[in-house]
Amino acid sequence: MSKTQELDRVVIRFAGDSGDGMQLTGTEFTKAAAEAGNDISTFPDFPAEIRAPAGSLFGVSGFQLHFSSGEIHTPGDAPDVLVVMNPAALKTNIKDLVDGGVLIVNSGAFVEANLKKAGYTSSPLDDDSLAKYRVHAVDISHLTVTALDGSSLSTKEKGRSKNFFALGLVFWMYGRDLENEIRRIHQQFAKRPELGDANVTVFKAGYHFGETAEVFQTVYKVPAAKFAPGTYRNITGNEALAMGLVVGAHLAGKHVFYAGYPITPASSILHSLAKFKNYGVLTLQTEDEIAAMGAALGAAYGGAVAVTASSGPGIALKQEGIGLGVMTELPVVVINVQRGGPSTGLPTKTEQSDLFQALYGRNGESPVPVIAAKSPGDSFYAAIEAVKIATTYMVPVFLLSDGYIANGSEPWPLPDVSTMERFDIAHRTEPNGYYVYERDPETLARAWVIPGTPGLEHRIGGIEKDFLTGNISYEAVNHERQTKVRADKVARVAQSIGELDLRGETSGDALVIGWGGTFGALRQATEELRAQGRRVSHAHLRWLSPLEPGLEKIIGNFRHVMVAELNSGQLITVLRARFLIDIKGLNKVQGQPFMVREVVAALEALCETATTSKTAASAAAAHASQASPV
Amino acid sequence: MSDPAPKLVKLTKKDFESNQDVRWCPGCGDYAILATVQRTLAQLGVRRETTVFVSGIGCSSRFPYYMNTYGFHSIHGRAPAVATGLKVARPDLDVWVITGDGDGLSIGGNHLLHALRRNVELKIILFNNQIYGLTKGQYSPTSKVGTRSGSTPSGSIDHPVNPLQFALGAGATFVARCTDTDAKGLGVILERAHRHKGSALIEILQNCPVFNDGIWDQVKDEPAERQLQLADGKPLTYAGGTMGVRLGPNLQTELVKIGDGGVAADQLLVHHDRGSSAYAYLLAGMTHPDYPVPVGVLHVEDKPTYEAMAHQQIADARAKHGEGQIDELLHSGMTWEVGADGTRH
Ligand SMILES: Cc1ncc(C[n+]2csc(CCOP(=O)(O)OP(=O)(O)O)c2C)c(N)n1
Ligand code: SF4
Ligand SMILES: [Mg+2]
Repeated sequence: MSKTQELDRVVIRFAGDSGDGMQLTGTEFTKAAAEAGNDISTFPDFPAEIRAPAGSLFGVSGFQLHFSSGEIHTPGDAPDVLVVMNPAALKTNIKDLVDGGVLIVNSGAFVEANLKKAGYTSSPLDDDSLAKYRVHAVDISHLTVTALDGSSLSTKEKGRSKNFFALGLVFWMYGRDLENEIRRIHQQFAKRPELGDANVTVFKAGYHFGETAEVFQTVYKVPAAKFAPGTYRNITGNEALAMGLVVGAHLAGKHVFYAGYPITPASSILHSLAKFKNYGVLTLQTEDEIAAMGAALGAAYGGAVAVTASSGPGIALKQEGIGLGVMTELPVVVINVQRGGPSTGLPTKTEQSDLFQALYGRNGESPVPVIAAKSPGDSFYAAIEAVKIATTYMVPVFLLSDGYIANGSEPWPLPDVSTMERFDIAHRTEPNGYYVYERDPETLARAWVIPGTPGLEHRIGGIEKDFLTGNISYEAVNHERQTKVRADKVARVAQSIGELDLRGETSGDALVIGWGGTFGALRQATEELRAQGRRVSHAHLRWLSPLEPGLEKIIGNFRHVMVAELNSGQLITVLRARFLIDIKGLNKVQGQPFMVREVVAALEALCETATTSKTAASAAAAHASQASPV
Repeated sequence: MSDPAPKLVKLTKKDFESNQDVRWCPGCGDYAILATVQRTLAQLGVRRETTVFVSGIGCSSRFPYYMNTYGFHSIHGRAPAVATGLKVARPDLDVWVITGDGDGLSIGGNHLLHALRRNVELKIILFNNQIYGLTKGQYSPTSKVGTRSGSTPSGSIDHPVNPLQFALGAGATFVARCTDTDAKGLGVILERAHRHKGSALIEILQNCPVFNDGIWDQVKDEPAERQLQLADGKPLTYAGGTMGVRLGPNLQTELVKIGDGGVAADQLLVHHDRGSSAYAYLLAGMTHPDYPVPVGVLHVEDKPTYEAMAHQQIADARAKHGEGQIDELLHSGMTWEVGADGTRH
């Protein structure tokens, strides 16, 4: 009989061939954790190749899940439990497993050919190289085929079920409910019931193997976490974006028009929206990203809530069109789900290296507001805010997400949309006294007049226009005036954005500033240090342009300021130029998110450092008089 | 947005002229085209407020500024994409696209291909002057081999694209051609294009007196000999009915003398603008100077438009699932309740 041990939190990683179904295994185990009431955070990490050659090191696909009885912000730095389906998965993942961690190995895949492909000369299961882990070698391949004895499936098809054996095993380890999973498997394979049956058989076999084989002395229990009351669902960043766009358009009294060209990791936004047709969502898969941007502009001119999304290379293609949106002052939401760059870069890996592209990536002086989502669930709110700002200020808005939050998921409390503030759009219909570039005195937005309105026929375009009439103008002073007003308009967005997201006091030893998907790691690290009594605060920027006014008020109050970002130093450059103070950078460009411990270490080191002459606090006084009002 | 039409006053050509100074060079073929478009729209009785001209970049693409309708002067080559977004979002609008041989067939060739392929109801007018006008006279993708220009002082060496064959290859459902100064012919084509439920591509042979003067002169100056006027149901004849076009044994078009010493009239090809696209492709392949140039409507066919189908899918989804409710959207998929005690129920 195994004993039951209670744990606060567990990080588990499944790793195997791209064709081994590790993403499905991870997703299913996530659902079970959510069902059991744990807080969760996931991190799928897979190669760009769809089905890389079996057994190869570069073909390894992984899915990490962090589940807990307390609040968590990240998928966890290092797995406590690692499930590997072949030698290549072991080779590429074992370095991450914590010392003393549980290693479940499909020993059946440790045959000579696979060992060779993974670069092992002899099986690591036969020597003591894994001695510091609690190794459970289980011949999952063989047990799967045995469980399906008598089934009409081919040997190859039988073999494909082995991920369900692994899933069954971990279900048993963590005392998860079998019945719901069995129902889900049948549902998922409703079109091929024979596969559904086989997977259920193997899933149960895995579970019962754990129960009867007594390989594991302990069964673990991670109690349910406490959540705020409400209705919850699990959500990925891209799902949240799609829903946020629909809700944003709803609050504007409009419908979404979305144009896009497939690209990892943005494609699933289009997939989600294409299913929302009964919400009046129009989706258009264009011939390229340039066309998607063009179509979005055309739809915006026609009065739609126009959206396009892509990732790095596709965004580069859109930039000329975004410039046209700046010039014609049309509202378009441009989403960049960032990935590792430059060029094709690391298509399935995360990075924050497109901030400069968003801020400065166009010809001419072409400012746009830039907002960043900080977590999967937050993507929903970021999308609504982007729609609101674009339509209120008549300007293209960049919404930055990244591969990590786009694919990652977390439990998400459903918002009550009926209590959200509406921003209904009223198009001007009064012909008298209309000028194309006459501006709202508060927002500096021009009126959004749409075709079909009698008496307001007008022409817009990319050539510089007179500041009032909108007629073509090459006049020297007019161009400078229009350039300034386009910038002023973006600066004025500051009056519509919320408070700075600050954890901790407004002064102290160290302020860590982040933006976008690093939120979880930075907040977690800050909490840990604060619990130790360190005077550390964390400001997470939602808006990168304009900057949140609250930042200016506090940035000078800390002995040290550090910007943590997954690039070689982009926001830090912006902030140094803006505030004229010394700021330290914590940078990582590995296609991987920050680990909490990396951030903790950097902040600890910073707190230990004596204040140098040019650091924040000393420059603050000088800065106070220099900073221009936002 | 779709208020009932204000009292229908008959508009005139003047009503379609904007208050902007026209900035084309004196003698540019674009003037004649502009005048014909303005006059024809007035004659067709279209409403200014539901008419939109979308263009790319080039001399020709300045066109929308001169029309007293809605207009969008976009970026080089992308007008079909912008117009597609507009038309799909707003099928109630009449959307015209103005493009040039460089704008539409070089930088924007991809978008033109896909707009035509999708059969978005855009009326696309391609001003073909066989040159890049606005950038001061470089050869274009429609320039003949050997064209000497600023960028090809020794003569161009690449083979030109045939705009109408390109359009037919893309699946265009309305293909026509006209010369810039043939107001009557162009008026008829514009009227038919306007009525057509689908994408239309109209090639206009346009003169650029500054950088490619007279490139179409032979075709324009001797219309009887050098143009093949297409009329539905009529045999292909030219030169005052003395010459005709016959289909040769290898599916090539042959120019033949009619009557005395020539062939009988019943051996000639008879034009059907709803003929096969293969036939239209043959016609489009008849180029100057080897052939009289076909002018008029080469090809028409009916296909559902992209925007009609897109909106039909929305209507179908609403009929099937009901008008989407935001709450249902949020609740889709697996949800669970957390009670006042902070745990899951
Ligand atoms: C992205 C981009 N590349 C190049 C140009 C420069 N450019 C402007 S118009 C033009 C060619 C126009 O030729 P065409 O479409 O034949 O028009 P035309 O002037 O002959 O009417 C070029 C290359 C531009 N405006 N934008
Ligand atoms: S350059 Fe040629 S095409 Fe352009 S306006 Fe002058 S004449 Fe017309
Ligand atoms: Mg040209």
